[in-house]
Amino acid sequence: MAEKTTPRTWDDVQTVTQTKKAVPEGLWMKCPACGETVFRKAVESNLRVCPKCDHHLRVGGPERVEQLLDPGTFESTNSDMAPRDPLNFVDLKPYTERIQGAQSRSGENDGLQTGSGFIKGRKVVAAVMDFNFLGGSMGSVVGEKLADAIEAAADRDLPLVVISCSGGARMQESGFSLMQMAKTSAALGRFHDEGGLFISVLTDPTFGGVTASFAMLGDVILAEPHAIIGFAGPRVIKQTIRQDLPDGFQTSEFLLKSGFIDRIVHRHELRNEIGRLIDYAGK
Amino acid sequence: MLTLDFEEPVLEIEKQIESLGSSEDSDRYADEITQLRQTRDRLLAKTYASLTPWQTVRVARHPNRPQSSDYIRMICRDFCELHGDRHFGDDPAIVTGFARIGSMKVLVVGHRKGRTTSERIACHFGCAHPEGYRKALMKMRLAEKYALPIVCFIDTPGAYPGVGSEQRGQAEAIAMNLREMSRMRTPIVAVVIGEGGSGGALGIGVGDRVAMLEHSWYSVISPEGCAAILWKEANEKTNNLAASALSLTARQNLENGLIDDVLQEPSGGAHRDPEVTAKGIETWVLDQLRELGRLKPETLVRRRFEKFRGIGAVTTRVVDRAIEE
Ligand SMILES: [Zn+2]
Repeated sequence: MAEKTTPRTWDDVQTVTQTKKAVPEGLWMKCPACGETVFRKAVESNLRVCPKCDHHLRVGGPERVEQLLDPGTFESTNSDMAPRDPLNFVDLKPYTERIQGAQSRSGENDGLQTGSGFIKGRKVVAAVMDFNFLGGSMGSVVGEKLADAIEAAADRDLPLVVISCSGGARMQESGFSLMQMAKTSAALGRFHDEGGLFISVLTDPTFGGVTASFAMLGDVILAEPHAIIGFAGPRVIKQTIRQDLPDGFQTSEFLLKSGFIDRIVHRHELRNEIGRLIDYAGK
Repeated sequence: MLTLDFEEPVLEIEKQIESLGSSEDSDRYADEITQLRQTRDRLLAKTYASLTPWQTVRVARHPNRPQSSDYIRMICRDFCELHGDRHFGDDPAIVTGFARIGSMKVLVVGHRKGRTTSERIACHFGCAHPEGYRKALMKMRLAEKYALPIVCFIDTPGAYPGVGSEQRGQAEAIAMNLREMSRMRTPIVAVVIGEGGSGGALGIGVGDRVAMLEHSWYSVISPEGCAAILWKEANEKTNNLAASALSLTARQNLENGLIDDVLQEPSGGAHRDPEVTAKGIETWVLDQLRELGRLKPETLVRRRFEKFRGIGAVTTRVVDRAIEE
């Protein structure tokens, strides 16, 4: 049973007490991959990796920050930056309502955390996307915070680590969202010219305007195992080509084989791997 | 020429003009014909002055609307097409080549939709593959090397969504174009001539100056794609709603500061007078290139960077964390 499962011995397991929840969740949960019922705390203390089948579950933004950085070292920046509704966008619900809903559920202003901190003792600028906030979509806030973070990394001569987890550009900001692709890529262009190290980590899922801008511009690109990563969504592709998609299509393993990522890294090893890369390529 | 449903009243008048004109005693109806022509012109102008966003999308997709190849033919002299990305292949959905516009030597990059059925299929209806974006970047680098300005014609529903395009790195190809175009040391001007579909459009659209033809559209997603996701179903009604919500028209993009200019189309749209439309584009392109040509490459790159760096709509809001914990 799940209670017997002990966390693996990577050297700095985060404890569940560090992830405060406004609402208490059930004691048990069902793994979406193997279908086994597992003790929630066992999953959480295992960095949200299923103790039964090793499936990497999605991690929310604030929790990911705690997983990624040395405890207590993260200094958040721009946390009060919040979205506007420049187009007065209304679909089945007004965008403003969607924003407010996501804000009150998450306690965050938008779907990207940025700041500085340490990974295995190496100082970095980090940015972490939050799929729980409107699907991790990139609107103006995500673009602006990320561009600021890139510039901070350049100014302070620090490596940049970005964890992507997003359905793509945020439709409700339309052209504004689209232009965040150009903005973040342009900021990375300058960072590149200045010799900065950008480690891009792709997690499940990473799609659309996020993949087609900063996420694919890493000097080193890592991905978590079995993450689904691509430009177009599988449904759109299926509709277009009217054929079944090959097995394993758009997985991390598919991207590795196609030559578009450098390494697949188990979540337990992510901090070690990033530290190692910084030692090779960082300043 | 294909008539769009909202143009039907115009078509009715045109039919009357035709039948009067072709009758045996058409001379007797000269006055009526003149009058009908005036009515038609007024109605056409009125219809096109108040197109809904969804109608605009349909004009932008009109099968007779001039395409990149048409503008290259009408605007450019001595076009010298350059093929291939030197890695995988030659994507017909993007055309690149040297050309002369007025007294200037330029590099032209444009989406190609194709006109005949076989052309359209070969070009995937204007949806480029990664090799298309890589071809564009490779030729743009050539332009940079020889200090030639770059002129881009944007006209795509979006980058191609397929197995091969994913396998060959559609996302990486577009991302790299965005990054590299932002730091290219030569002037770049872009015109959205029809459809500006998302990253596939922006992939050749990071310009010092970007204009849209009056009845083109430019947005993060097509109205149908948006309707399918946010309204759960794409149909005539939801496409209409999505097109309006997306603020995708030239005028709206200009008001939002996302483009620099709107280029007027002849009454009834570019397809009714391609030559006049082409002349308008040519004049705009030459004006921009003359101005941009005076700037030092560093200034050009810095201004281009600042332009895109400055786009975004954000505010500040202090989260009261005490309440949540
Ligand atoms: Zn499992």
